[in-house]
Amino acid sequence: MSDARSQILDRIRTATGGAAAPPESRREYRHHDERSHAERVELFCERVGDYQAEVKRVHRDQLRAAIRNALKRHQAKRVAIPASFPQAWLSPSVEFIHDQGLTARELDGFDAVVTGCSVAIAETGTIVTTGGQYEGRRLLSLVPDLHICIVSESQIVGLVPEALAQVQLLVSRQRRPLTFISGPSATSDIELERVEGVHGPRKLVVLVVGEENP
Amino acid sequence: MKGPTESFPVAANRELGNAQLRSNLGNATSTIRAKRARVVEELPDWEALRDAGSAIKADVLANLDTYLLQFEQALTAAGATVHWARDGAEACAVVAEVARAHGADEVVKVKSLTTDEIELNATLAAQGIHALETDFAELILQLDGDWSSHILVPAIHRNRTEIRDLFQRTIAPDITSDEPGVLAEAARVYLRERFLNAKVGVSGANFGVAETGTLCVVESEGNGRMCTTLPPVLVSIIGIEKLVPSFADLEVFLQLLPRSSTGERMNPYTSLWTGVTEGDGPQELHVVLLDNGRTRVLEDEVGRQALHCIRCSACLNVCPVYSRTGGHAYGSVYPGPIGAILTPQLIGIENAPSLPFASSLCGACYEVCPVKIDIPRVLLHLREKSVDAVGGRTERAAMSGVGWVFGRAWRLRLAQRIGRVLQRPFVRDGVIRRLPPPLSAWTDSRDLRPIAPAHPSDENSGNDDE
Ligand code: SF4
Repeated sequence: MSDARSQILDRIRTATGGAAAPPESRREYRHHDERSHAERVELFCERVGDYQAEVKRVHRDQLRAAIRNALKRHQAKRVAIPASFPQAWLSPSVEFIHDQGLTARELDGFDAVVTGCSVAIAETGTIVTTGGQYEGRRLLSLVPDLHICIVSESQIVGLVPEALAQVQLLVSRQRRPLTFISGPSATSDIELERVEGVHGPRKLVVLVVGEENP
Repeated sequence: MKGPTESFPVAANRELGNAQLRSNLGNATSTIRAKRARVVEELPDWEALRDAGSAIKADVLANLDTYLLQFEQALTAAGATVHWARDGAEACAVVAEVARAHGADEVVKVKSLTTDEIELNATLAAQGIHALETDFAELILQLDGDWSSHILVPAIHRNRTEIRDLFQRTIAPDITSDEPGVLAEAARVYLRERFLNAKVGVSGANFGVAETGTLCVVESEGNGRMCTTLPPVLVSIIGIEKLVPSFADLEVFLQLLPRSSTGERMNPYTSLWTGVTEGDGPQELHVVLLDNGRTRVLEDEVGRQALHCIRCSACLNVCPVYSRTGGHAYGSVYPGPIGAILTPQLIGIENAPSLPFASSLCGACYEVCPVKIDIPRVLLHLREKSVDAVGGRTERAAMSGVGWVFGRAWRLRLAQRIGRVLQRPFVRDGVIRRLPPPLSAWTDSRDLRPIAPAHPSDENSGNDDE
């Protein structure tokens, strides 16, 4: 009696044995974005906006105020942040709590979370988090109802292949978990009418940080 | 996997009588079709992506044994436990065993056609374990004891008032409004508690990366993220054909899938995880590699391309037969054109002999398929097999069924279409160079002009509808 593993492998070999090798996979799609930096940033902001997320461009020096204002606008009082989030971005007037192993249930009592990201994709308006020090654990940007994400202009690439190339080593060497976020959570299950926010954050605010005044 | 309990024509005739279903489906399929067309148009390299997607999948199938072993090794090194399941029963047994080991009488589950295929929920229920569906639409169906009619929007046949009434009876007695936002909020509140308490999560996977052992779930609502990160234990069931060789291959499919599926540039959430990450997400991961008929499909050189499918549902939305009959008529978890070629191959043609006839061969499905599955060609191939297996009576019965869907004028075009599909592999530069014998006797001496391509929208114009 053979076990499932060897039986499945045997069946595969019998089925595919002797078959002609398939043609080399061709990869003639775009791998490099030809837009200028300014166009790319512009496109990213526009595409994130298409998902009904709030997008704001801010100068680096105004980031702290921008975070505070966004939280205020949404009346968020208790705010979670990753364990090693930069102190310089934190306003003293807000109750920021570092994630030192918060449970999901504890996080459920928070109004908002502020995180960074690893790379962002202009063409699709996507933010990619990889569990880095400004991004934190996966549940952090999932459980609270408002996610404020900080994207540096220099993190924005044009195309999906460019983004994957950047995070590839984090996966293959460090086995870091990735989350691609494109707008707030949504469903179109009721008569195809889009509703923002089911289980993930219902509101997504993206702060795009640059060196120039917007 | 359960096959249809009645033939396609019989089921289709019944479903056609459901006016609500017909109008919802008509709206839904045309809305998604238009959205898809818009975002596909946007990409200058769409055809190159399709070519790459198709070639990658062909490579995976040709070397499936190697990739599976690589995948297993990478997963094991990343702290996961790998299980191999010949059929649905073996896969379900793994989930039940894990749930029992952790004393869980409920598991939270993200929508997965693979788990529907193996009837996981019913099997677990028989052992006293409740599999809680967490997709909005799946929750509706589960609360109502109904089943999915569309891969992507399974509750497409339900309207908002029906959903409100259902919620009143079940999870939210006080709800009065039928606003979609309010209904979604009710589901959020109900499920949030269950997510927070869950001990075991169950998921499928859209892709598995052989090189790294990475699993990928593509979704919209965030319940996928909940199920794959909150419970301390996760079981992911993946069909053996869902592998891609390398991490970089995802760059192709993460472009093809969302645009083909929901017509978005990117779906709201895509989760990728590689084994167990210390301090983040489940600390125990089980991965079940499921055969359940897939190796049988692999044996058929023409039919095996059905295993390229990434379940985007684009072929459903363009299918003139599907948009009239809906998913229930196909009698299996895989409806529409892909169901018509996949189901009979998974369970054996003799168990679903009429499904390959559930098509008008208009070719629209092939045009939109992001991985270029030549569905019409596989349909014709399976028709032959069906006739061989159960005899000509099936064909007659099936034809009268599809004929009923379209009316009389439609049948006149059929012969022409069959010709068009069969000639496809032989057309070069718009001219048929050589047909296989016995037709080759004719083409050997002359170039033959191929039959002109049909316009898929012919089917939807409604001229011959009545
Ligand atoms: S057959 Fe092609 S179009 Fe249809 S669901 Fe599968 S991948 Fe999508």
